[in-house]
Amino acid sequence: MPHSAHALRRSHSGAHLRKSDLLSLASLGPRTRRLRAALSAGGIAIGVATVVAVVGLSQSSKAQLLAQLDLLGTNLLTVAPSQDVGGPQATLPKLAPAMVARIGRVQEVSSIGQVNAHVYRNDRIPDANTDALTVYAADPDLLTTLQGHMAHGEFLSAATNRYPAVVLGAETAQTLGVDRVDGATQLWLGHHYFTVIGILKPIPLAANLDRAALVGFPIATVLLHADGSPVTMYVRTDPDNSLSVASVLAATVNPAHPAAVTVNRPSDALAARAAAKDAFQNLLLGLGAVALLVGAIGIVNVMFIAVIERRTEIGLWRALGATRFYIGIQFITESILISLLGAVVGCLVGVVTVAVYSHQRQWTTDIPPLALVVIVACAAIVGAIAGLYPALRAARLAPIDALRSA
Amino acid sequence: MTVLELAQVTKTYPGNPPVSALRSIELSIQAGELIGVVGPSGSGKSTLLQLAGTLEMPTSGLVRVAGADVSQLSDRDLSGLRACHIGFVFQQFFLLESLSALDNVAAGLIYRGEPRGHRLQVAAETLARVGLGHRLGHRPSQLSGGERQRVAIARALVGRPSIVLADEPTGNLDSIAGAGIIRLLRDLNAEGTTILMITHSSDLVVDLPRRVELLDGQIKSDRRSP
Repeated sequence: MPHSAHALRRSHSGAHLRKSDLLSLASLGPRTRRLRAALSAGGIAIGVATVVAVVGLSQSSKAQLLAQLDLLGTNLLTVAPSQDVGGPQATLPKLAPAMVARIGRVQEVSSIGQVNAHVYRNDRIPDANTDALTVYAADPDLLTTLQGHMAHGEFLSAATNRYPAVVLGAETAQTLGVDRVDGATQLWLGHHYFTVIGILKPIPLAANLDRAALVGFPIATVLLHADGSPVTMYVRTDPDNSLSVASVLAATVNPAHPAAVTVNRPSDALAARAAAKDAFQNLLLGLGAVALLVGAIGIVNVMFIAVIERRTEIGLWRALGATRFYIGIQFITESILISLLGAVVGCLVGVVTVAVYSHQRQWTTDIPPLALVVIVACAAIVGAIAGLYPALRAARLAPIDALRSA
Repeated sequence: MTVLELAQVTKTYPGNPPVSALRSIELSIQAGELIGVVGPSGSGKSTLLQLAGTLEMPTSGLVRVAGADVSQLSDRDLSGLRACHIGFVFQQFFLLESLSALDNVAAGLIYRGEPRGHRLQVAAETLARVGLGHRLGHRPSQLSGGERQRVAIARALVGRPSIVLADEPTGNLDSIAGAGIIRLLRDLNAEGTTILMITHSSDLVVDLPRRVELLDGQIKSDRRSP
């Protein structure tokens, strides 16, 4: 150690800045120039609010979808004939429902059958105006199997399925302008008048039924010349064994040609929608990141101006004993504080946005706390990076040059 | 005890031609001295103060403060030297408007790592010492020029430095306030503070115990009162 440094260390221990004083010094700039600090924090706030809102809304919506999925269950399977493009409507063997019901772990089986008829408001409507509505014959226990609910009236029963009675899907009722079940509303179906006895609520796991009109199998056979063959079967299984049941369904329904049978799990589509939301979320998160970047550039700009404006102050701190490192860390901390201010405001705005929107949509607000922590931490890192170069410039200022600028 | 020593110090600023601000300066200051350095504009007195305060390094020669050769020190040690051994008083005061007089003075101790409570206590005592015990909570803009300079002097004194370097401390003050500041510096020196003051006014230094006259970067005279 050189003699002079040794002599110095005998008399003092070098410059030292306490952490609490570092925070106090770093907040001096923002406290003195509040509007400027607020405006530069605004950029970060917009970015963070965007990210929080995207994560929160996406998560809340996804949570809603998954809750719906839980409610509907993942143990419903649909069985349908494989379709040949341009070929005639294929059907399943008539005995298929009975055979499927014998599979262990199968709790319920219901089916719908194809009916070559269309439904109209009355007999004055031209045949071509089908409104893309479909008529199916349906089992009385279809509603139970699908865990569907009636909006109005009743579903088909062993009593009503022998008579010209029809149950409308939610969209069918809307399309035909039927909004109540009074026992007097009749629809023109397959050249016969059918009385509306019920209107279904939307059925998420069998959305095709929303645009269908359902009649009983017996009346469909008698009046509409249906052959009673199922076109789709709905199979409710033991919840833990839906996949194993699915693997044997095709061979059970059509042992000779299992490939002619398609088995689906409709809940997979809902799960896919939930997954698709993740992909969309990534896109929006990208936009939030861009907003954060713009906010960071704003902070770089403000910090550069601060270094130029506060040259004298920097010179004073150096004269009072600040090392280059302390000057640099003061400016980086100031940048982080501005960024954190923006992040906290952004989080509040984002959370309120998600809460209000979720409330309106009757969703449960779901913002993962970890996401908020990560976002605030990211904002702090962005602030540190944004303040780095201005801080280096401040630290490199020679004390006497800084004081001369006064 | 020698608190400041300049031996064969030269300071040349690069340029075409190079500007020689100081040439072969020999100056030694003992603890407890009050020295006035006087000279016309451009004589090198500000450069002398900056070298003594370690705000600049000499082109050649030795500067020793509190026994330490400043050319051998790292940035951290130089900063520590300024924090613990040197007090600055500037012509423009350099007070922070957002802080009270008390906090401005306490800022003089901030890089010594002392707790805030202790800093404020010492700052209050020092402000009382310079006659501003009743102005602790005032902002600089609420003080007169003379009071601001007293706050700046208190900030320089608060850490009990080995030497106080005053750069034209009366330069921004009227004659009455200026005389008050000179009186204060003399009183502080009488209490044991070592002070080096530079000024362009010979009248201010005529009564000081030691007077150094600079001209064209060289010491023209170094007189002590008998």
